[in-house]
Amino acid sequence: MPGSPTLSNILQPTRRQFLQNAGLMTTALSAGGVLLPGSANAQAAAPTKGGHLILGLDTASSSDRLDPAFYTEAYMYTVGFQLFNTVLELGPDGKLFGALAESWEAATPDASKWVFKLKKGIQFHNGKELVAQDVVYSLNHHRGENSNSGGKGQLLAVTDIKATDTHEVTVTLSAGNADFPAALVDYHMGIGPDGSDFDKGVGTGAFILEDFQPGVRALTKRNPNYWASDRAHVDSVETIAMSDATARMAALLSGQVHVINRVEPRTLDRLSSRPGIQILRSQENTMFCFPMRVDAAPYDNVDLRLALKYAIDREELQKSLLVGTGAIGNDNPIASWNPYFAKDIPLRAYDADKAAFHFKKAGSPGGIQLSVSDNGFPGSVDAAQLFQASAAKSGITIDVERVPSDGYWDEVWLKKPFVASNWSVRPTADAMLSLIFQSDAPWNETAWRDPAFDKLLADARVELDETKRKQIYHDLQVKLVDEGGELIPLFVDNLAAASDKVGGYVPVPGGGDLSGYRLAERAWLNA
Amino acid sequence: MRNLPPLTPMALIGLAGVAAFIVLAAFAPWLAPHPVSEVVGGVWDVPSADALLGTDNIGRDLFSRLVWGARVTFTIAALATAIAFLIGVSLGFYAAVRRGWVDQVLSRLNDLMMAIPTLIFALVVLAVLPKNMVVLVLVMATLEATRVFRVSRAIAADLVGLDYVEVARLRGESWRWIMVREILPNALSPLLAELGLRFAFAILFLSTLSFLGLGVQPPIADWGSLVKENKDGLLFGVFAALIPGAAIAVLVICVNLVVDWMLQKTTSLKGARRNG
Amino acid sequence: MGGPPLADGIDTDIRAISPLPVQKAGGGSVWLLLVKRLLLGLLLLWAVSLVIFAGTQILPGDVATSMLGQQATPEAVASIRKELGLEQPAPVRYVKWLGAAIGGDFGRSYSNRQDIAKSIAPRLKNTLLLAAMAAVIAVPLAILLGILSVLYNGTWIDRTIGLVTLSAISLPEFFAGYLLIAYFSVAHFWLPSSATVSDAMPIGQRLVVMLLPCLTLVLAVLGHMMRMTRAALLNVMASPYIETALLKGLPWWRIVWKHALPNALSPIVNVVALNLAYLIVGVVVVEVIFVYPGMGQYLVDHVAKRDVPVVQAAGLVFAAVYILLNILADMVSVLTNPRLRHSR
Repeated sequence: MPGSPTLSNILQPTRRQFLQNAGLMTTALSAGGVLLPGSANAQAAAPTKGGHLILGLDTASSSDRLDPAFYTEAYMYTVGFQLFNTVLELGPDGKLFGALAESWEAATPDASKWVFKLKKGIQFHNGKELVAQDVVYSLNHHRGENSNSGGKGQLLAVTDIKATDTHEVTVTLSAGNADFPAALVDYHMGIGPDGSDFDKGVGTGAFILEDFQPGVRALTKRNPNYWASDRAHVDSVETIAMSDATARMAALLSGQVHVINRVEPRTLDRLSSRPGIQILRSQENTMFCFPMRVDAAPYDNVDLRLALKYAIDREELQKSLLVGTGAIGNDNPIASWNPYFAKDIPLRAYDADKAAFHFKKAGSPGGIQLSVSDNGFPGSVDAAQLFQASAAKSGITIDVERVPSDGYWDEVWLKKPFVASNWSVRPTADAMLSLIFQSDAPWNETAWRDPAFDKLLADARVELDETKRKQIYHDLQVKLVDEGGELIPLFVDNLAAASDKVGGYVPVPGGGDLSGYRLAERAWLNA
Repeated sequence: MRNLPPLTPMALIGLAGVAAFIVLAAFAPWLAPHPVSEVVGGVWDVPSADALLGTDNIGRDLFSRLVWGARVTFTIAALATAIAFLIGVSLGFYAAVRRGWVDQVLSRLNDLMMAIPTLIFALVVLAVLPKNMVVLVLVMATLEATRVFRVSRAIAADLVGLDYVEVARLRGESWRWIMVREILPNALSPLLAELGLRFAFAILFLSTLSFLGLGVQPPIADWGSLVKENKDGLLFGVFAALIPGAAIAVLVICVNLVVDWMLQKTTSLKGARRNG
Repeated sequence: MGGPPLADGIDTDIRAISPLPVQKAGGGSVWLLLVKRLLLGLLLLWAVSLVIFAGTQILPGDVATSMLGQQATPEAVASIRKELGLEQPAPVRYVKWLGAAIGGDFGRSYSNRQDIAKSIAPRLKNTLLLAAMAAVIAVPLAILLGILSVLYNGTWIDRTIGLVTLSAISLPEFFAGYLLIAYFSVAHFWLPSSATVSDAMPIGQRLVVMLLPCLTLVLAVLGHMMRMTRAALLNVMASPYIETALLKGLPWWRIVWKHALPNALSPIVNVVALNLAYLIVGVVVVEVIFVYPGMGQYLVDHVAKRDVPVVQAAGLVFAAVYILLNILADMVSVLTNPRLRHSR
């Protein structure tokens, strides 16, 4: 996690546990006590108990399953996190904290073996107590050749998962990775009882399943034995599938649901000006980009890449595509909320003169063809045209080729040298960089093959000294901003909206929409 | 064609509406003040001198998009209807003229096709095939052709029994000759009305498919896509959001008015047939 | 979509409407005829099952590959294909599938491994319920308006009814739906905009929640049925025996009610059946807009995932409903129209 598995971080859970043990008293004093980072109480208002929370969410399908291995979209993430807990969670501060685990640490100096100590006395919905074997079973659910789990990729480096005590799990990796614990916050890593059928939805979560109709709705009621005493405020949660954006907004405006997701930036103004509506923003969760393949002419010339980076008017794009929401990107794949974000790199503003200068230095090559369809990122065709116009002012001719949306990811992306693309921002710097800039990464869309870069990336992974690690990530970012093939003009916010009765929302950067999809247990309903 | 009933005011309105639509479609490049995807203002601006009907959900001129959309809507609906008639009428006539097992086979196959619900068929097929215009037109045409087949076969079957066709047959004329020379001219009037109906249906069907995201794909937009793009505005009382939907409705009403007018002539013929 | 009903032809005649061949029965008892129709319907359904099965076999995109996504190694694909029984020849699979389907077993969904029959049942029920509710309102209303416009043929009442119903069919269904939502839910908070019904819901609340989708459907089918009623009645009114009745001095409404309507029933029943079928198979749009958990959305979701058993099952159910309604319509028109029983 953004910077977490360091010493200070590993110590944190202990401190927290102390508070929790002493917590009975604290609870009485401060209405819930400060138990978990970013829990509702961090906000000024005191949570109200009770009520029936209704969420109207996009991306449900009647082929959905409760088994976390098969979650692919926001709807099931949100339902899944009502039922299941993960061993660790991502906090609003961008750091990991223990959910089912009370502490965790690297058992070897190279961070290739990890020990997780579980909290005691946590019960599954069926009354069984959580032990190490449950975690082993649940994580192994995603491993092995026959696994089709969406979480499989996160655990590829795992060679062994063992219960080393009743409440202790040891994970062995094929190579050291200081960021490994971050894999366990993934949406797919929900923990169920040993040997259980995940499709039954039995977990340790804040809510117990009452009714699940795939693609229609999920109904859950509060788990009276929930282990996190400062969360799960409402009595019951109904998660309704609403795939039509207009239907979602109508339902919110007419008071039929409390929360909706996926609000279009363009309707934001009108929606927020309605009385009783609040906007729930998760900042910079997706990046929009124009990757250039650095192994193909003319993009193999660093000056040409710089020329194009100067020739794009990022502010104009933000205004027209995102209606002022989101943030301007600086060709840096690390989002500004990430603790490793290099703040000192100056923002590269639109500069026609510098663009012209670098373009000339590169020999004013022709044949710059940008291939786009709106599959690359929403609005990418318009963005390409704006880019074309602003580049023309520096004498750079960009030929915008419109390609069919169908098969865009199979036939255009990774094949044509200059295209449009987008990525959900990963919670850790390592995950983001190794996803698209490691030489052997399958999705290395800029064909960025730099052994020195790979070496530094691998070093950072096992570097437990925070200062050194920060410096490595800083250098990597500088390198990408100045030389990389990735042109990143925009970071996009996830926008959701809610009735102003809903309290308790805290954005979780890198964790996704709706408080890292855990809004159900964080929210309360004001009368 | 030869003996259309006298014009009524309603028919006139209908004809004018259809004519206006065709003019919009034909002269789109000259009529549209702005390029189809040019952003000229803010989101859902009110009408102004520059944007006659205001702007759409991303600030493009709605009037221009409507004009261009007319062209897309017209092209696809007309192509689909034309192909449907080509297939449906020729097979329908053929079945009626040949009678016997040819008729049986074609009619039963057609029954089979018609037992598969239209929208469901289109949804399944369009969801799995590549989303392009050719596929779209062909799917729409296939579905329409089954209905056209049924109607044209029924009309032709009635005509086949008439004396002059019988005479031609005895004269030893080929079935091709009979279809083109004897049946077609006499079936033209009811077929024309059917053409109008099919065309109106094609417009609505296309707009539905586009609305469901299976029809015309962006950046090209038909009127159904325009409704889809602007539908959020309906909730906020945005003027622009109403226009594309209303345009579809008005066009379909106009086509129907024309059809109603043409049918004044042909109903008696049908009535006779049904009671005979 | 105000589409298909309009499509299938305001004017044109019954032959254009019923998917079953129009009567050519040569005498015989009514019951024999009905049995024949039923058998013919079953035959048609069987043929449709063949088409659906064959169609799903040639769907582009391999199930196994699309299930596995990026992890599609040849071994994994082979193991999935075996698990799903795909290595058997198609005719064998067809016979097995049809045999099970007749017994009400549609197998399990590829994508979420749920029992398809169990998943379909509540959704089919919802779809039928909504269709029934719309029909209960639309059918009597359409016939009433049709009769009214015949009674007042040529007057402003006739024209108003004509224009209003014409506008109703011409309005795209999705557009009508949003207009209703914008007015009744967002502007005035009178009716709920989404209709996520569940079994736990009390019947009263359920009906309220279903009101807007129901209204949208009524708008879509009303015009077509009304216009057909009107056309059929006018058609009969032009026949000699009605003129005789007129000459006898019987009152207009009595002639329409007692003499014209029974004789015009057959085309009316047919168009009603067609519209009922549309209410059941054509409501995907309404389901999307009003978040109503019916069959259409279920099918669409699974098509996207190449979930062949579900597509097959849903296709078969839709076709069966469609054919059944048409047989029913045929039967009703045979029973009510002596001329059709002993036809030419």
